[in-house]
Amino acid sequence: MRRAKAALPLLLALTVLILAAFVPSTPSIAVEPNEVLTDPVLEARARALSKNIRCLVCQNQSIDSSNASLAKDLRVIVRERLVAGNSDIQILDFLVARYGDYVLLEPPVKPTTYALWYGPGVLMVLGFLAAIMFLARRRKIVRPDPLDAAEAARMAQLMDQDREPTK
Amino acid sequence: MNRLIYILPLLLFAGLAAYFATPILQGKNPHTLPSAMIDKPAPPRTLEPLLSSKPGIDPASLTGEVQLVNFFASWCGPCRVEHPLLMQIAAAKAVPLYGVNYKDAPEAAVKWLADLGDPFERIGRDGDGRTGIEWGVYGVPETYVVDRAGRIQYRHVGPLSRQTFEETIMPLVTQLREQNK
Repeated sequence: MRRAKAALPLLLALTVLILAAFVPSTPSIAVEPNEVLTDPVLEARARALSKNIRCLVCQNQSIDSSNASLAKDLRVIVRERLVAGNSDIQILDFLVARYGDYVLLEPPVKPTTYALWYGPGVLMVLGFLAAIMFLARRRKIVRPDPLDAAEAARMAQLMDQDREPTK
Repeated sequence: MNRLIYILPLLLFAGLAAYFATPILQGKNPHTLPSAMIDKPAPPRTLEPLLSSKPGIDPASLTGEVQLVNFFASWCGPCRVEHPLLMQIAAAKAVPLYGVNYKDAPEAAVKWLADLGDPFERIGRDGDGRTGIEWGVYGVPETYVVDRAGRIQYRHVGPLSRQTFEETIMPLVTQLREQNK
C-alpha cells in the first residue's frame, strides 16, 4: 500500500513528461531584425517559403530556423526576389537549379520519388488485402462429407454397443 | 512452396538492410551532397581581382582550357589542410587552378596567401558569397572541374585529398582534355 502511494507522484511526473512531448514547441526563429521586410504580406510569404528551404550546412534545419551564414544569405535572397516580384515557384526553382531537390524540405512528387510518396500507401493496401484474404479463408466452415451406407451401419453398431449396459 | 511465404519478410528485411548498409560500409559521408550544377555552364559572373598583381575571374577566362576552380577563405580551417596539395598541383603545373575567395576580408586573404603561398593563376573575390550560391557552394573549401566549354563537370566538397586528386580529378581532367579538342 505504501509502495503504491510513493509511486503516484512518479506516475504523475511521467504522464506530464509524456504529454509534454506532444505539445508543439515554438520553433526557434533565426530571422534577424534587419532582414525583416517592411511589407508584412511579403514578409509572411518569405517566412512561409523559408520554412520549406533546407539549410545545406545544418541539413535538418530550415533556413528560417538556422543561424548558419549560408542560411542567412539564402533568407536575404528569398526576400530580395520577393521584393523584385518573383513568384514562390520562381524562387524555389532558382534554389533547386543550384542546390538540387535536396534544398526543399518537402521532396517534390516525381517518378524518382514515387516510392517515397506512395510506397507507404501501397504497402498499407497490400497489408489490408492480405488480412482480408487470410480472414476470409479462415471463416469458411468445414463441412464433412456425409457418411456412406457402410459407415452409417458401423456408426449405428458402435452407438448400440455404447447403449448396452456393461456387465 | 506455401511455407516459402513465411521467409519473405526476412528476405525483404535483409535486402533493405543491405541497401542501407552499403553506403555506410563504403565510408560515404552523408553530408556530402551531389551537385545540381554538373554539366551546366559555370555561372557567368565577373569577379574583381583579389591581388593587384593577378587578374580576377570573368566568364571568358573559364573557357578554353580544363581547369579547377577552388573556393577558399582565410577563416576556413579545412582550406589550410588542403593548401599544401594545391601548392604541389601548381608547382607541377598539373592543371590550372583558379581561386575564388569566398566571404573573406581582402586583407586577411592577402596575408593568408603571403604566409602559405599562392597556388592560383587567377583569384576573384566573392565578398558577399553570391557567386558561391550561383555555383551551389554550401561549405568551403569546394573544388570544381570546369571543362573547355566552361561547363562544370565535377565537384569535390571539403579539403581535397591527394587520393581524390590523383584517382578522380586528374583522370577526369585528362579525359576532358581529350574531348572536343
